[in-house]
Amino acid sequence: MVKAFNVPQADETAEEDLKIIGKPFRRVDGRAKVTGQTRFADDVHFPRTAYVKLVRSTVPHARIRNIDFSGALAMHGVLGTLTGDELPEPFGIMPVSEDEHALAIDTVRFVGDPLAAIVAVSEDIAHAAALAVKVEYELLPTISNFDDALATPEPQIHDYADDGNIHKKVSLKFGDVEQGFDDADLILEDNFFYEGSNHLALEQHSCLALTEDDDRVTVYSSTQCPHYVHRALAKTLDIPGSRIRVIACSNGGAFGGKSDPFNHEIVVAKLALKLGRPVKITLTREEVFYCHRGRHPVQMHLKTGFRKDGTMTSQHLRTTLDGGAFGSYGVASTYYTGALQTTTYKLPNYWFEGARAFTNKPPCGPKRGHGTPQPRFGYEIQLDKAAHVLGIDPAELRLRNLVEPNTITSNWLRIGTIGLKECIDAVVKGSGWKKRYGKLPEGRGLGLACSAYMTGAGLPIYWNHMPQSGVQIQLDRSGNVAVFCGETEIGQGSDSVLAAVVAEVLGIDLKDIRLCVGDTDLTPVDLGSYSSRVTLMVGLAAKQAAERARDKIARAVGEHMELPQEALVFADGQVFPAHDPDKGIAFNEAVVIAESRFGTLGTTGSYIPPRAPGRFRGAGVGPSPTYSYSASVIEVEVDSGTGLYDVQKIWMAHDIGRAINPVLALGQIEGSIYMGLGEAVMEEQAFRRLPKRLSPALVHKMPSMLEYKSPGFHDMPEIVSYMIETNDERGPYGAKEAGQGPLLPIMPALANALFDAVGVRVDQVPIHPEMVLKALHEKQNGREARVGPHKFPDIDYGEPLIVRTPEQGGDGRATDDPKSKRKGLRSASGTMKERDDALKEKSSATLTTD
Amino acid sequence: MLRLPPIRLESPATVRDAAKLIAKGNARLVAGGTDLWPNMKRRHQKAETVISLMSIPGLAAIDSSDTDIRIGGTATLANIIRDDKVRERFPAFAKALASISSPPLRNMGTIGGNLCIDTRCTYYNQTEEWRRSIDYCLKEEGTICWVATKSPRCWAHTASDSAPILCALEAVVKLESAEGERELPLAEMYVDDGIDYLSKQPDEIVTEVKVPGTSDSSQCRSSFWKLRRRGSIDFSTMSVAAAVWIDDSEIVTRASMYLGAVGPAPMPVADIASVLVGNKITEDGIAEIAHAARKIARPMDNTDFSPSWRGKMTEQYAAAALREIAGLPQLRMQPRHMLKVV
Ligand SMILES: Cc1cc2nc3c(=O)[nH]c(=O)nc-3n(C[C@H](O)[C@H](O)[C@H](O)COP(=O)(O)OP(=O)(O)OC[C@H]3O[C@@H](n4cnc5c(N)ncnc54)[C@H](O)[C@@H]3O)c2cc1C
Ligand code: SF4
Repeated sequence: MVKAFNVPQADETAEEDLKIIGKPFRRVDGRAKVTGQTRFADDVHFPRTAYVKLVRSTVPHARIRNIDFSGALAMHGVLGTLTGDELPEPFGIMPVSEDEHALAIDTVRFVGDPLAAIVAVSEDIAHAAALAVKVEYELLPTISNFDDALATPEPQIHDYADDGNIHKKVSLKFGDVEQGFDDADLILEDNFFYEGSNHLALEQHSCLALTEDDDRVTVYSSTQCPHYVHRALAKTLDIPGSRIRVIACSNGGAFGGKSDPFNHEIVVAKLALKLGRPVKITLTREEVFYCHRGRHPVQMHLKTGFRKDGTMTSQHLRTTLDGGAFGSYGVASTYYTGALQTTTYKLPNYWFEGARAFTNKPPCGPKRGHGTPQPRFGYEIQLDKAAHVLGIDPAELRLRNLVEPNTITSNWLRIGTIGLKECIDAVVKGSGWKKRYGKLPEGRGLGLACSAYMTGAGLPIYWNHMPQSGVQIQLDRSGNVAVFCGETEIGQGSDSVLAAVVAEVLGIDLKDIRLCVGDTDLTPVDLGSYSSRVTLMVGLAAKQAAERARDKIARAVGEHMELPQEALVFADGQVFPAHDPDKGIAFNEAVVIAESRFGTLGTTGSYIPPRAPGRFRGAGVGPSPTYSYSASVIEVEVDSGTGLYDVQKIWMAHDIGRAINPVLALGQIEGSIYMGLGEAVMEEQAFRRLPKRLSPALVHKMPSMLEYKSPGFHDMPEIVSYMIETNDERGPYGAKEAGQGPLLPIMPALANALFDAVGVRVDQVPIHPEMVLKALHEKQNGREARVGPHKFPDIDYGEPLIVRTPEQGGDGRATDDPKSKRKGLRSASGTMKERDDALKEKSSATLTTD
Repeated sequence: MLRLPPIRLESPATVRDAAKLIAKGNARLVAGGTDLWPNMKRRHQKAETVISLMSIPGLAAIDSSDTDIRIGGTATLANIIRDDKVRERFPAFAKALASISSPPLRNMGTIGGNLCIDTRCTYYNQTEEWRRSIDYCLKEEGTICWVATKSPRCWAHTASDSAPILCALEAVVKLESAEGERELPLAEMYVDDGIDYLSKQPDEIVTEVKVPGTSDSSQCRSSFWKLRRRGSIDFSTMSVAAAVWIDDSEIVTRASMYLGAVGPAPMPVADIASVLVGNKITEDGIAEIAHAARKIARPMDNTDFSPSWRGKMTEQYAAAALREIAGLPQLRMQPRHMLKVV
């Protein structure tokens, strides 16, 4: 694979003279990973471990009439069973939708919903015993997708839904949308569909719990968010959090699929407490598909107004999300299908309506790009269509619309630096776009698309004023620096970022840093590895802690050397006067001097994101300290006789702010491309609804890694990546995210490339070859050369919340929401109960989300 | 993780002993186990005793010294592909084997196992719990075929990639049971039924596959085209294997074609002989055969890709397979990964 680096050195960085940051150093956990020494959750073993198997529903929607354990209990080696009545307290990642139980209590809501647990001395016995459990059900109607949910308000899958089986409805109107359309020379309206997909992390979820001393339980888990698991365990087990320890093991990939607290974690913790021995579960691949929390299937209706010159006047986006059986992150996901639409191109007027339904399927949630790839797909295709109609080059059309740096968008998001122009320029140049776009022989084509993504969600998931990231540093006389942080390594390289920042500040080798991460007993809270927040938030917290440590040492050494502390430099494992490097002392000697002067040495650092300017209900979703930008060009070859196509090459440019480690960052970019390509070309979380007259069944079509298609090495084309550095002052050393943004342009760039190649539009993903063939067939027969949804459901989204834009002189508040004048109810825990109480008091529970 | 049910595992040292053990009933044979073990973990194939053939000395031999090539029943796919003579003399066979699954599975999987693997269907290759949620199906424990709900029979598709090409190359298998030994043209071992897909008796062991010297590349041109989603691991969703014997004056003397994965058995395209024998290969002839292939194919909604598109692709790939044999330029895109499998 050819890789190009395009890392313009900004002037400031030259001055900084950094030793580690920006250099391609080996990841700190690399050697352990490639030699098999990393201990993943399933590698954790203790003597006398018992094994759990969950009994899962085999019907999509029903009341549980009876559970007969007799067959299971008769088996030798079965230690016991557990049912939902022993864990009555509900949980859920978002305070506004705590609708899950560790084990279903009366109702099961999808095939795969856990309703009981078997614990046995071996996994074999637990499995056999689980199969021997007999459950009697009283069936309820099967609700199989969004349209079904809309048409079937009763029975409700959850009684707290906004309307029937519509979980959440949102309508936010910024600016004068109608006037905007009146001002337009061209209005395009399109329907799009984006199929759901699973994260498909290679490691299946695994968890082990054991009790220690009195009433304490320790839980090892493959989780991205030990802190949220900790809170959910305290709630559901009904014991103080101070007696629960959650240790996040290195994750073998996660991508959002391990960011909810899960049934199995609560069940093994409960059973460990009951049995007083270690209890473990490792899910099968099929069960991972039932945990899901993957990409929501989304239907979109997108209407945009353009002027002749390609600038945009107004946009109206409507979305539907098929949420599955539980809330999960769904309320946030719903907002995310609209929130970032304004971050790339100027949209003076914007109306977003979104609705999420409950259906009898595994719950959807956050997957890499959380809720934003779907509308981005529609948007970037529509821009391509507009460019075509207006006769403007698609790259040029985008350049004409770019959002300015350091501005506030019409929906009140504060934008930091923007390297999108540089990104577009890089892929245009790299792909030879100007000479080749629209000019390649029939069957070959190029497509371009762009995107933006958050570098960390501005708000925590539950409302609080505490830091979102904390780092604690302990300095030892040996020169060892121990760094404690709640962050979780999910393969993205967060351990390496944490170590690199501390090593850089203290001028020491990465090997002299001992990390202790993701352990709720020992490490300060970090909210978790989600929303691309870790590099920025942990990075800044680490920088603060390390600078405090450095300053302390510098003070002591300065006194010792009779020099002002500012005169000292920390580099190469030495502390020395800037003007006289030969007078330096080793770092560990400096620590000895500081410890002698101040006593035991330790510092902390923490990070809270800046306050976002939006003040309306729903303004909590979308703000971020800064946004990353990406642009991509895809080259494709199409066989018009079969519809088969071959993605031949991908150019990707990503505004990363600053690459802390260019090699790891490149890995994130390539990984994003890979995952995006999977969604573009083949991945789908598809279900089978058996004929209604014969069966109520609604089953996952292919819950295995063989039949759920995701690309392999063979299927990857050549990639050329460019990193654009814009040095955003809001990020550590100027860094922004790299782990999610570059996924977003892939799907629309492919669809646009297919259009350039053979002149057909596929307005949905994944794009199967038969769709291309069908569109070609339509074209040959003189019909619209397009495959995609023709209809959008008729939904009443309710009255929109009207928000005046910054341009209109708005203040960030809704003009028509009486509640928004009042202070929303925000409590430290923000539970559903408090929400209900608040509603009773006719006050409003303010959305507090990521 | 998915777990195996308790079983008794036997490892006999001779084919005779294996034959005696299997004759006792409630037992299954296992070779590489790449098909049997997943099926047993999912509980749709059951047995108290599993008899492994892997410790039988000599059963994995590949004898390419003679005109015919004789491959022992437990020869692994990887070892067969590695054999220079096999690659040189039966290139389409080697290509088919190399397209099977992935390197680790080819290191374990055997030719006997590959010829006998169970038919597949996405309503069937699922766990016990999953199948409970559809109340099972005709092939196992249930009463309805969910692929064709009015159908009295099962449409699970043949999944072996070596079967179509070996049928086309007129391979012969040797079967041994406690009763004795017999030889059977491979094509006669398959039955057009998703449940009883083999004419071979359950107690018969495939001890050898003979690929006749008359099908050698010096006399016979062969090709194999496989349609699947990805460049590795995936089973065929449709495949075409063709063999054409051509004399010095470019006249076809014999021809055969089999389709994989579009019916319970490898499906012969008989028209190939009537159209080609006695003639040269022409564009028109290819089109006629390809059209016939499409009519013979019965793709069902039980694997990846839509049935109707797999039907269209059968025609395209049948033509492509014959164009390859005729040395005509290809019109269709062959997925990149299929171009360099061997
Ligand atoms: C992920 C995955 C992908 C795969 N992809 C492909 C593919 O692309 N193409 C393909 O063709 N196959 C594929 N397979 C199936 C399988 O791996 C191969 O067909 C392999 O060659 C089977 O051989 P085995 O020795 O492992 O069979 P086993 O599992 O040992 O046996 C299979 C069946 O044959 C019987 N059997 C075995 N040996 C004999 C014998 N000598 N005589 C009589 N009966 C016998 C067994 O009782 C059993 O019923 C795939 C399997 C997996 C798990
Ligand atoms: S084809 Fe029908 S009977 Fe056969 S396995 Fe599939 S669903 Fe079952």
